[in-house]
Amino acid sequence: MALPYYVSPEQMMQDRAEYAKKGIAKGRSIIAMEYSEGVLFVADNPSVSLFKISEIYDSIAFSGAGRYSEFENLRKAGIQHADVKGMMYSREDVTARSLANGYSQILGTLFSQEMKPYEVELLLAQVGETPERNELYRISFDGSIVDERKFTAIGGRSEAILTLLRKETPETCPSLKEALTLCQHAFERGADPRSSLEGLEVALLDRTRKGRKFRRVPTPEASQILA
Amino acid sequence: MNSDNIPFPNFSADPCSSFYQYLTSQRPELLPMARWGTLLPQQGLADAPLTSRHLPWPHGTTVLAFTYQNGVLISGDRRATEGFQIAANRMEKVFQTDDYSAMAIAGAAGPCVEMAKLFRIELEHYEKLDGQPLTCEGKANRLGHMVKANFPMVLQGLVVIPLFVGYDHKRETGRLFKYDITGGRYEDTEFHAVGSGGKDARLTLKEHYRKNLPEGEAVRVALRALLNAADEDVGTGGPDLVRRIFPTVKLVDRQGVRDVEEPQLAAVCEALMNQQQET
Repeated sequence: MALPYYVSPEQMMQDRAEYAKKGIAKGRSIIAMEYSEGVLFVADNPSVSLFKISEIYDSIAFSGAGRYSEFENLRKAGIQHADVKGMMYSREDVTARSLANGYSQILGTLFSQEMKPYEVELLLAQVGETPERNELYRISFDGSIVDERKFTAIGGRSEAILTLLRKETPETCPSLKEALTLCQHAFERGADPRSSLEGLEVALLDRTRKGRKFRRVPTPEASQILA
Repeated sequence: MNSDNIPFPNFSADPCSSFYQYLTSQRPELLPMARWGTLLPQQGLADAPLTSRHLPWPHGTTVLAFTYQNGVLISGDRRATEGFQIAANRMEKVFQTDDYSAMAIAGAAGPCVEMAKLFRIELEHYEKLDGQPLTCEGKANRLGHMVKANFPMVLQGLVVIPLFVGYDHKRETGRLFKYDITGGRYEDTEFHAVGSGGKDARLTLKEHYRKNLPEGEAVRVALRALLNAADEDVGTGGPDLVRRIFPTVKLVDRQGVRDVEEPQLAAVCEALMNQQQET
């Protein structure tokens, strides 16, 4: 009988983390940024039919980077959770914080107990009634959550993009036009110099909308905003 | 190699885009009929149905819908009754279910409201999971499934009969669907009304309905039908000018769903009632 090799827990976790990071690094990036009337999502996504940004609930949006099948599963689970919760209690009781906790639990368990961890990074945002009550969460492959302010990014070149955004984002909350310009520049310089508006997927959590706040912004409208 | 060992991809086992299906398979205790249909026999209350039919659950109602020039109109009175008592006089029986559709319901109030709420979540859930909204026809079929699933509750006396209207962007017309208690779905190109005063409303509609009525005229016809139904049927509430309670009228067209505002409703109701006085 062959003895199983001994692998120290530290080594095992390190290997898994490296594996997951490698998978995520291949993925394209997504930025979420607060603007005066809500939260702007911009994803580097050449496809016009496969979305990376999606609505979870009235004021909550989700975005995933990494392996499509994996974050798509997580997205569906989030929508199911939110709809059940909203039906059992009330629509206001569905919060990004509880969803972020749920995602953290799932990813943490998968990371420590499964052979192959999920190669995904998630971004969850909730638009509040006032700008101070916006919430942005970044959830990593191992289940760790970071609660962000103003802006955040996930995916392959997120570090480079974040460095740029930290330098350029103003102290005060930008307008939609300013925010979109900042994001587009960050993609051009941080990720892909050839990136154009056509290759970006844009969506908003717009506080001024009644009911469901999520709205996709098609390319013609995005270029109008920038004009 | 034995082909049995190869797992055959099975799409139907995937998480479905239907919220109702998800609840049925994962959280059946949250379904409306969990309370009556399936739980009763286990609790030894299987004989309850016949007697429960005489219990005073809130009932209504006259709701109606018809096509007009720009799309389709849906309307309903506001009264709910419990036996010979009036349970509520401001009840809402017409619901917007998404941007381009609405439904109205007649029957036992509790299950009715619950079905409307569930159906709204169902449409939204599909739209979020699938990335695009259901077609008008798809929505109507989904509602049919839900009415069908409600059948055990019908046997307990808790009938829910909806009317569904939606704007079909492909055909560029408003569409109207009616249902029977078994979930049978029938499209109507003109008008329909259901509820305790449904027959009276249908008689009025039969006389006054024309194809492609302009908006103002359509609102007038709807209110006239409800007024006549309220005259004949105790379960239907007429407009109350003193307490400012008016029927609900929603218009569904290319731009979406909108309510006819109270001032317009009040003016039309008053004019119609004055007309009745004169004759």
